[in-house]
Order: sequence, then C-alpha cells, then structure tokens
Amino acid sequence: MPEMTMAEAIAAALDTEMAHDPHVILLGEDVRAGAMGVTDGLVARHGPDRVIDMPISEAAFIGAAVGAAATGLRPVVELMFADFIGVCFDAVLNQMAKLRYMTGGQVRLPLVLRTTIGAGDRAAAQHSQSLHHLFTSIPGLKCVVPATPADAHGLLLAAIRDPDPVIVCEHKMLYPSRGAVPEAPEPIPLDEARTVRPGRDLTIVAYAAMVHQAEAAVVRLAAEGIEAEIIDPRATAPLDATAILASVKRTGRLIVVDEGAARCGMAADIVALVSTRAFDALKAPPVMITPPHTPVPFAPALEDAWLPGADAIIATAPRLCAGGKEGGAC
Amino acid sequence: MNDTLAQEDLLGLWRTMVRIRAFEECVQAEARAGRVPGHVHLSLGQEAVAAGVSFHLERDDVITTTHRGHGHAIAKGVDATAMMAEILGRANGCCGGKGGSMHIADAEHGLLSANGIVGANAPLAVGAALSARQLGERRIAVAWIGDGASNQGAVFESLNLAAAFALPCLFVIEDNGYGEYTPRASVTGTDDLAARIRGFGLPASHIDGSDIFAVEAAARTAIARIREGEGPAAIVAEVVRFSGHFEGDTQTYRPSEEVAAARRERDPLSRFRRRVLEAGWLDAATLDAIAAAARNEMAAAAMAAHEAPSPPAETLLRDVSGEV
Ligand SMILES: Cc1ncc(C[n+]2csc(CCOP(=O)(O)OP(=O)(O)O)c2C)c(N)n1
Ligand SMILES: [Mg+2]
Repeated sequence: MPEMTMAEAIAAALDTEMAHDPHVILLGEDVRAGAMGVTDGLVARHGPDRVIDMPISEAAFIGAAVGAAATGLRPVVELMFADFIGVCFDAVLNQMAKLRYMTGGQVRLPLVLRTTIGAGDRAAAQHSQSLHHLFTSIPGLKCVVPATPADAHGLLLAAIRDPDPVIVCEHKMLYPSRGAVPEAPEPIPLDEARTVRPGRDLTIVAYAAMVHQAEAAVVRLAAEGIEAEIIDPRATAPLDATAILASVKRTGRLIVVDEGAARCGMAADIVALVSTRAFDALKAPPVMITPPHTPVPFAPALEDAWLPGADAIIATAPRLCAGGKEGGAC
Repeated sequence: MNDTLAQEDLLGLWRTMVRIRAFEECVQAEARAGRVPGHVHLSLGQEAVAAGVSFHLERDDVITTTHRGHGHAIAKGVDATAMMAEILGRANGCCGGKGGSMHIADAEHGLLSANGIVGANAPLAVGAALSARQLGERRIAVAWIGDGASNQGAVFESLNLAAAFALPCLFVIEDNGYGEYTPRASVTGTDDLAARIRGFGLPASHIDGSDIFAVEAAARTAIARIREGEGPAAIVAEVVRFSGHFEGDTQTYRPSEEVAAARRERDPLSRFRRRVLEAGWLDAATLDAIAAAARNEMAAAAMAAHEAPSPPAETLLRDVSGEV
C-alpha cells in the first residue's frame, strides 16, 4: 500500500470518483489552485468545467449544490473552513437535510460537503472550530470525521457514492500526516467504527486529531499497567453505537475525547449513549475530555491550553481505573 | 497649497500612509522571521484608501473591517504598539492576545472589529449606523469591503438595508482584483461594481485608489452627504495588492510583472510624493523625516512586542459571557 498524506489521500479519492463518474463535479473557492492544499491538480485532470472556482458566495454555491444534486449531478462542494458554515447554514439546515423527507422521498441528494475543522494552527476563533456535533444534531445529514489518510480516502469514496448528503469534516492539522492507503479504491462503510487499539481496562472514544492524542496517551498508560482500548467511530452520523457499547461492556470504563463542543457535543452524546444503554457495565462515572466551553483563543499559549490532549487523558485514566464502584486497580 | 487641503492636511495624509507602509513591512519581517502565529494579510499597496477615507473620520465614527484591516486600524488611530503586540499574540495586545491579526479591535478608537468571515462586517457597520441614528449621535459607520466580499449575500443585504432606511453608513469597496487567488473578473457578473451598488439605491463613486487625492475627494463628498443625514454612500476604489493574499503566498497564479508594474506606476506613496514635490507643496526633506519617524515607531513597536509576555492562562476563560 502506498504511503501518502491525508491531503493526498483525499485528492486521490476525488480523482478516482471524478474519473469513474462524470456526474461528480467539484465546487468551491480556489479549488483549482487548491487553496486548502488538497484539490490542486484536479483541474488539470478533469477540466475547468468540472472543477469550478466559486465567488465568495457560500449561501449561493452551497444552495446551488443542493439544487444540482436534486437534478442529476453528484456535487462535491468545498467549504474552506467549517467556521464559515454560518454564511450558508440555511442551505445545510433547511434544504440539504430536509428535502428528501419533506418531499416524501421524491428528492434524493447525492452530495458531499467537504470542510475543515480543528484548532492548533493559530488561526483564532473564526478559523479553528470543530463543528461536527452541529451537523450531527440535524436529522437528514450524515457526517464523517476521519483520523487517518486511509480513513479519509475510504470514507470520502463512500460519501461520494452515498445517495444522501454527507458532510466530511477534515481536521486541517492532520492534512500533512502520513499513512498507508489502499491502492484499489475501497469505500469504508459510514457506520463502522475502527478499533484503533484493543485493551481490556478502559475504553477511549476519540475523533480526528484526538485519536492521535489517545494513541500517544495509551502507550504511556500501558507502562503504568493500564490497557486502554481506543475506538474511533469515524462517523458521528450514523454512529456505530454497537461498537462503542460492546467495548464499554468489556472494559466498564469510558473516556470520550473530542475537540468539538464541551456542551451538546459528541462527548456528551456518547456519554449519554453509554449511560442509558450500558449503565450496568459501568465501574466508574464516564469522563468527557473536551476543550473548555469558550471560543478558540489566538495566542499560542492560550490555544495550547485550550486544546485537549494526551496529558489530560494520562491524568484522568489512572483515577478512573482506581476509583469507581468496584474500586481497586483496573 | 492645493485647493482644498492645507499643508498640515497633506502632511497628515503622508504620515498615515507611511505609518501603514512601515507597519506592514514590519509585520512582514516579523512573519518571515517566524514570529507571527498563524497567517497575516497585508495591505501593502492599498495605503491611500485607508488614509484618504479615514482623513474624514472622527474618533467616534465606527468602522468594521476585514482580514486585511491593519491599514484601516492605523488610519483610524489605533495604537500601533498595541496592534503589533496583538498580532504577535502578547498579553498587552489590543485584544489581550485573544484575537490576533484578523480580529484587531479598539472600541476607544471606533474600531468595532476586524473580521475573519468575509462580508460579515458589513451588517455590523449597518447596525452601528442604526444605533447612531436611534441614539441621536452624530457618528457615522464605515464598512471596509473587498471585491471578493462584495459578492457575499450579507453585503448585498446590507447595502439594501442601509439604503432602505437611509442609514449613516459608508461602504468602501477596495477592489484589488483578487479574492485570494481568484481574479475578480472570473467570478463576478459585472466589471462595474459601482453601478451594481447604485442599483441598491445609494450613490457610488468609482476611483483610482492608488491616488490619495482621488480617495480624499470621493470620501469628502460621500461623508458630507452621510453626515447631512441623506443616507448611505459607497466608494469603489481600484487598488493593487503588492503582497500575496497572505504573507508567504507564492502567488503563482499571478504574473510577476503585474506587481512590478504596479510598484512602478501605482504605488500610492510614490505617486503622492511626486505630485507634492512637483507642485512644490511639500519638500523632500520633510517627507523623508516623516517616513523615517514612521519606520522608527514601528521598529520600536515590534521590539516592545518581542519583550511582552504571553497572555496568562487565567484569561482563557474570561470574557465568554456572564459576569465581568
Ligand atoms: C465567509 C468566508 N468565505 C471565505 C473565506 C476565505 N477567504 C479569506 S480572505 C478571502 C478573499 C477575500 O477577498 P476580498 O474580499 O477581495 O479581500 P482581499 O483579500 O482581496 O483584501 C477568502 C475567500 C472567509 N474568510 N470567509
Ligand atoms: Mg480582493
């Protein structure tokens, strides 16, 4: 399997789908030049009629992608930063998400909205948010949040082939991260979690960049004798509840690490899932590790303090394993 | 002197332009030295619009600006040292290091905020105009807008709202021909942005924004009308962005001769200098002394920012909402 960066893996999936389906078109701001570092090169292969630079008019071109999807195209539209969703939220909230339902199934929307999430780039409050939970709270939308190049590749293939609108949240700090990607295009089902690492003592559920923080943490936890299992659900909607519940039923302990919202976010959602559906298995109260409930600050010292990471997991896990209703070590 | 401007006015315009130029060059050097967190968008080449429009603004007039807003802030009177500290993410920055280059704000000098969401500042300016009228205050509001931003729905809606209610708001469109890497002409249905704005029911002039005399005259007319209570106005100023979209942009999408030619022919500072020297309005020694003072001021601002501390951790949770 060739090694590539996440950005290259996403570009490869776009290239594959554009080659194999002439209905796939790419819309966005500076997608020809590839301002986000992903789509450059596609215009040379697929032409300016299919890779189309848009005016700074997100409400119009994301709304237009909905209309085009309803009438025969399979648009992949790029919103440079998830933060900009405010400008075009009606197209997402009231059009993209509801047209199929409201029309009694007459309209289908094979449409992908790719966008970037994530802090760490010193980009301040309006270019750093992780908003996957926002999309998850809207029925009618699917939402994926890849952590590796292989997942970004396989999930995007599946998203483009999916008959419903899928929002792909790409963590910008992961674009340069490298990993093996299958040569043959293999779509990854949107509803299948990945067990990143098996473990018997503790379940850590994480998305995107936080998967890598969890991986860093478990190595150090293992040295302390704590064997943590990492589950990356990969999608927030649909959510692979089965995998999460099965893991917690084995380990009895749960930490959710998510860069999204501290309130009404994926951490709260997954803790609610486990508390209501696997309460008897829990040996200790579940823990949510998220940023504080504040906008993302600009100054590096503040942004670093804002971001959750391996240290928070390492600080929490031993307490979780030592305490709890049965007490004792894991 | 020239017909409308006293020597003192000319000196003021020059001082503002060279202070913006020196500030931006300093930020550029800081960015190249790796000391600026994140991206910065410089306004090199666009100094005359900021200086010429702001020449007619009072301290309590409210402006809202864009990601490329350093020049507008300086021209409005925001302290360069506090701005530099903010851009470097320091505790003594004008926003305490919370905002950075794209979110410079200074309520005392009427800079409500710079904005990272293209076009989003226009409705805020309209709101500042509404509050002025409602509260019976004489101040006006200014929305700084790029050619790319002028295609945003929020901008169209703001033009209509301001026109419908005859609000005291000035819209300044700085047309530098690009939105990021995309040429304006390739994504805009008209070349005549001023005519498009007139369609909303407000006057709009179209000027060469590298000529500060043209800017100053257009701003004088527009702002006089607004202060008279006759409703909003707009200025479309054609300029050339001398630097990349952001500092570090390799600009492969742009013929390099484009910038070289503009630096020769459409540098607002050289044009001003040539004009005032030829007319005998000002002398070279005075101009040079002001430029040197501006460079010293900005170098000192950068030095001060280097030495300033990072914001303390406890500020992270402050100013979200609730108690002060
Ligand atoms: C809503 C929104 N869409 C896109 C962007 C990304 N973006 C930042 S600056 C910019 C170009 C703006 O062009 P223009 O308004 O002409 O201003 P200029 O950069 O030329 O000063 C774009 C597309 C953004 N910040 N916000
Ligand atoms: Mg522009």
